[in-house]
Amino acid sequence: MLAPRARVLGQVETQRVVLHDEADPLRLASGRTLAPVEVAYETYGVLSPAADNAVVVCHALTGDAHAAGHHGDPARPGWWDTLIGPGKPVDTDRFFVVCSNLLGGCQGTTGPSSTDPATGHPYGLDFPLLHMGDLVAVHRRLLARLGVERPVAAIGGSLGGMQVLQWAVEHPGELHAAVMIGASSRLTAQNIAFSAVAREAIVRDPGFLGGQYYGDGGGPKAGLSVARMMAHITYLSEQALAEKFGRRLQGRGEDVAPVPRFGVDFAVESYLAHQGESFLNRFDANTYLYLTRVMDYFDPFTDPAGAARVAAAGTRSLVLSFDSDWRFDTAHSMRIVRNLEHAGAPVTFREIASPWGHDSFLLEIPDYHATVRAFLGRAADERAGRVGG
Amino acid sequence: MRPDLDVVARLVPRGSRVLDLGCGDGTLLEHLVRHQGCRGTGVEIDPDAVLATIGRGVPALALDIDRGLETFADTSYDVVVLSQTLQTTQHPGVVMREVRRIAPLTVLSAPNFGHWRHRLTLARGRMPVSRTLPYSWFETPNIHLATLVDLERLIAAEGFAVQRRVLLDPAGRGRRWAPRPNLVAPGAAYLLRRLGTGGAVAG
Repeated sequence: MLAPRARVLGQVETQRVVLHDEADPLRLASGRTLAPVEVAYETYGVLSPAADNAVVVCHALTGDAHAAGHHGDPARPGWWDTLIGPGKPVDTDRFFVVCSNLLGGCQGTTGPSSTDPATGHPYGLDFPLLHMGDLVAVHRRLLARLGVERPVAAIGGSLGGMQVLQWAVEHPGELHAAVMIGASSRLTAQNIAFSAVAREAIVRDPGFLGGQYYGDGGGPKAGLSVARMMAHITYLSEQALAEKFGRRLQGRGEDVAPVPRFGVDFAVESYLAHQGESFLNRFDANTYLYLTRVMDYFDPFTDPAGAARVAAAGTRSLVLSFDSDWRFDTAHSMRIVRNLEHAGAPVTFREIASPWGHDSFLLEIPDYHATVRAFLGRAADERAGRVGG
Repeated sequence: MRPDLDVVARLVPRGSRVLDLGCGDGTLLEHLVRHQGCRGTGVEIDPDAVLATIGRGVPALALDIDRGLETFADTSYDVVVLSQTLQTTQHPGVVMREVRRIAPLTVLSAPNFGHWRHRLTLARGRMPVSRTLPYSWFETPNIHLATLVDLERLIAAEGFAVQRRVLLDPAGRGRRWAPRPNLVAPGAAYLLRRLGTGGAVAG
């Protein structure tokens, strides 16, 4: 049974659940254990009686559980509201959609800013280092709690797509379909270099205090905002920046001759300053360190059996890239395609034309959305046994 | 299904892993999966055709055949299908070399530029437009036309043996035999076996 059709998702709420406690701690890939583990999540749509219509949304580095709908102000929808909703490519009339804040996050799920039960203080850098598989383990535990054993699909962009890939490789057969958008199976030296500089900006900030900045000082604000500003440049293409800002000057009329000075003069400088500043209100510097490190070490195809398992399980993969993405360009996606395809796994790939760079996955681009719609629609039909597959 | 696709399907051994280069809307691959126990991947560059292929549940790679074939590993498929595709590529010779590397068997179908109607039209001084070649010269995707004799020379030169040849009538239906096929057959479909094993053709 499907929910009655609604035109929009409307107001949604973030919920919280404790998935692991002292008696049943989360066992990390590193061997360490973690408890308690609380997760913030949202769901959209209705789970079918057969529990066979779940789609898991994995968020990227700075995302959160609030993927779609709104929290009271319809003008401020969730971060993937373009893609998720009634009649949208991830169709909530059809799918039961689950999105949770990642392990190590700072938006309601246990992370370095959570209280360490051993000390009564925030973990800071005592929080254990994480592996991509740990993020997936928490997604799976949440699903089990919601009564879902095998989702139709997991979908994610960037770091989100990397979780999806980890899931497909580590738990073959669990996902009927895997959707990886602007993702990577192995960061390049350039990718790691950008992450390294972002982390350096944070840890060299005098406010970092070895990661224990949760008191009155306010933390490494300058470092975190510089990290965000720099990363944000890599999320947009040169063309996108040129079209958005060009060399326009901020707050000065066209007729005023520009006089060079220091400070926020160009519109692009003002934009970055705003990005860096607003990031401080919603993000924790330690989470930035931990989650970027998970990406640096991600390399799921080192074990050739991994791709073979995906092939044997028959998981269908959709790999999408954007032609202007230089953070994870098409070569990253093609590496995923080659590994899966060489192993004999069914894989579909498209490079989508878009001028907006890495962040294109958040935007409403017709070719992109049509592809996700066709792929997920088919996957759902197959999973429900309506067509062969 | 189009009659010529049916001819091509009959040339594909049951249970093969098939790479269909220029798979269109995925009709052939869906047929092979459903009725001949095959698995496969389609390669297609047209956006609408890619979406249609995805909708059929057929894995589709949106790649340019003239550039993207290096993606595929040596002998990673049992059969490569080039159904009405070779004449649309920039470098048919290179494509044949790549195809030979990727699979031991190739099923190739192509129009015959040497068909008597085409010759007659050329004799009158015009470029042929026919049921098998329905486009004007300035908008045709068929940029490398060949007669069956020419095509078979390329096949031999690139290290393939013709295992079977099925001539196509104007509707694309198969005909096993015709006198002077290069004159009377509007097209042909071939089952090719590569000579030698993998790698480049000796000599």
